[in-house]
Amino acid sequence: MALTVALVSPTQKVWSGEAVFISARTTEGVLGVLPGHAPLFGVLVDGAVNIKGVDGSNTQFNVSGGFLSVSNDRVSILTESVN
Amino acid sequence: MGAQLRVYRRRMRSVKATKKITKAMELISASRIVKAQQRVAASTPYANELTRAVSAVASVSSTNHPLTTPSENPKRAAVLIISADRGMAGAYSNNAIKEGEQLAALLRERGLQTANFLVGRKAVNYYKFRNRDIAGSWTGFSDNPTYEDARAVADALITAFLADSQTDINGVDEIHIVYTEFKSMLTQNALAKRMLPLEVVESSTPAPAGLLPSYEFEPNAGEVLNALLPRYIQARIFNAMLQSAASEHAARRRAMKSATDNADELIKSLTRLANAARQAEITQEISEIVGGADALSSASAGSE
Repeated sequence: MALTVALVSPTQKVWSGEAVFISARTTEGVLGVLPGHAPLFGVLVDGAVNIKGVDGSNTQFNVSGGFLSVSNDRVSILTESVN
Repeated sequence: MGAQLRVYRRRMRSVKATKKITKAMELISASRIVKAQQRVAASTPYANELTRAVSAVASVSSTNHPLTTPSENPKRAAVLIISADRGMAGAYSNNAIKEGEQLAALLRERGLQTANFLVGRKAVNYYKFRNRDIAGSWTGFSDNPTYEDARAVADALITAFLADSQTDINGVDEIHIVYTEFKSMLTQNALAKRMLPLEVVESSTPAPAGLLPSYEFEPNAGEVLNALLPRYIQARIFNAMLQSAASEHAARRRAMKSATDNADELIKSLTRLANAARQAEITQEISEIVGGADALSSASAGSE
């Protein structure tokens, strides 16, 4: 079981692939997503998004605001800018 | 050299110089189309994800958000027209402006006033020349728009939309967008679409069977929609701008290609005319010499 993740910005698809764990900072606090997570829609604030890939790699992105949606192990992270 | 021949040669030189310019513009546009297409493709995942998200949230939440609720008594509508900054692109800008005119006529039939928001120098000049009111205009980026440009336009539109049209002269109840859809290298269509109030558009992929997932919202559905909708409008406008930019390059390439072809044709026929003129000149010189020699010989024959 893995999460299908897409991290997209208006100008490009920043990261996509399979992941086992994601953490992001929403308006309510830091949030972690594991496979099997309930459908969720969250508003992100400026901060880091961590994606732990199935191959064990750990990628970190600094996003400035955006959204996180989770449904059926499909995670999409929308953000205006990434660095 | 005869006068006629000199005139032809001069015209040929000038047509050749023009041809060089149009050919260069054609090549530049051709190389930029590819890049513009790539930018459209790169922005598509974001737009798709955002559309999915908006449809999911709007269909689940029962909140009456101002951005999704149509006004009961609409008074004014904003029309955003995306055109080019520069000409030399055939009917590209004209088509978009005309589509905007038709839309404005339709809106007037429904008893609405229109507020004109214009992108691109061509549309701005068209409206200025006719002394029409311009609610907002942006120029200088039509062939290579950035997300910041789209955001500036979207923010102005959303501000106007959120203002109450009954009391505020700048408020609008609807937002329409006119842009040029890039279908292929050969086909581009000027389109008018309503952006707000939102009609939750079905994406090209059919909805998954069964119930939509019941989302948990953080912090809550209303807040999420508040944050989501402006982004959605920005993404829609950005996508429209990118498609328009690609269309502009394609239209310019086509216009410059036919200009180059016409110049070729013109050079060909001028070459023919110049050759004929040269031939006529030579024939005339020969007949003058022959005639002159004849006259000389007959004159000397008569004196003997």
